[in-house]
Amino acid sequence: MLKILFFAALRERLACANTSLDLQGQVLTARQVLDRLAGQSALWQQHLADAELLCAVNQQLVTLSHPVAAGDELAFFPPVTGG
Amino acid sequence: MTLRIQVQQQDFSVASEYELLRQEARCGAVVTFSGLVRELTETQLLRMTLEHYPGMTEQALIQIATEAQQRWQLGTVTIIHRVGTLLPNEQIVFVGVASAHRAAGFAAAEFIMDYLKNRAPFWKKEHTSNGEYWVAAKVSDHVALQRWE
Repeated sequence: MLKILFFAALRERLACANTSLDLQGQVLTARQVLDRLAGQSALWQQHLADAELLCAVNQQLVTLSHPVAAGDELAFFPPVTGG
Repeated sequence: MTLRIQVQQQDFSVASEYELLRQEARCGAVVTFSGLVRELTETQLLRMTLEHYPGMTEQALIQIATEAQQRWQLGTVTIIHRVGTLLPNEQIVFVGVASAHRAAGFAAAEFIMDYLKNRAPFWKKEHTSNGEYWVAAKVSDHVALQRWE
């Protein structure tokens, strides 16, 4: 299973902090996972289409072209605002 | 070369952190920065909540501090960032850098804050008299990174 996390405004808008996806042995890019998740509902489609969203794989910031496989932790979140 | 990285709910003491930073005799300079919860101009800020990505946050801060230590000759580097609920004027973040001379310390502290603002997974939400709002990322914070590239 691929573990998927959402944070901050995105977590609130989706009303979901985490979910998982059975990749059935496939290796997908983060972008492909995002597209699959967006297909779940109109609400998810709307909020996951945000071009500003950042993505982390196994707790490292990466671009959406980064591959993910079963056992990975994938996270999507808005631009960060700490400091 | 010591790294002191903390993500915590509780407040911190700049005086105590400074004492830890000034222990190295080869370092003739200590530069510190504190970031505070600032009140808003158009509405009343009641409180701020800071969310983060546990695990990734600590790793991101270690990476930023390590990169600073690779760019400049530094002694101890301290980064403390608070999470949870914060009131106006409370302390949010502390960056402290010990170095042989001041130039490296000033540069490293700015570098760390610029990268923290863009790469460390923290999100601020403002609770105001008019409602709750997630703070939007600033273009100026993004532009600030370019000087280090």
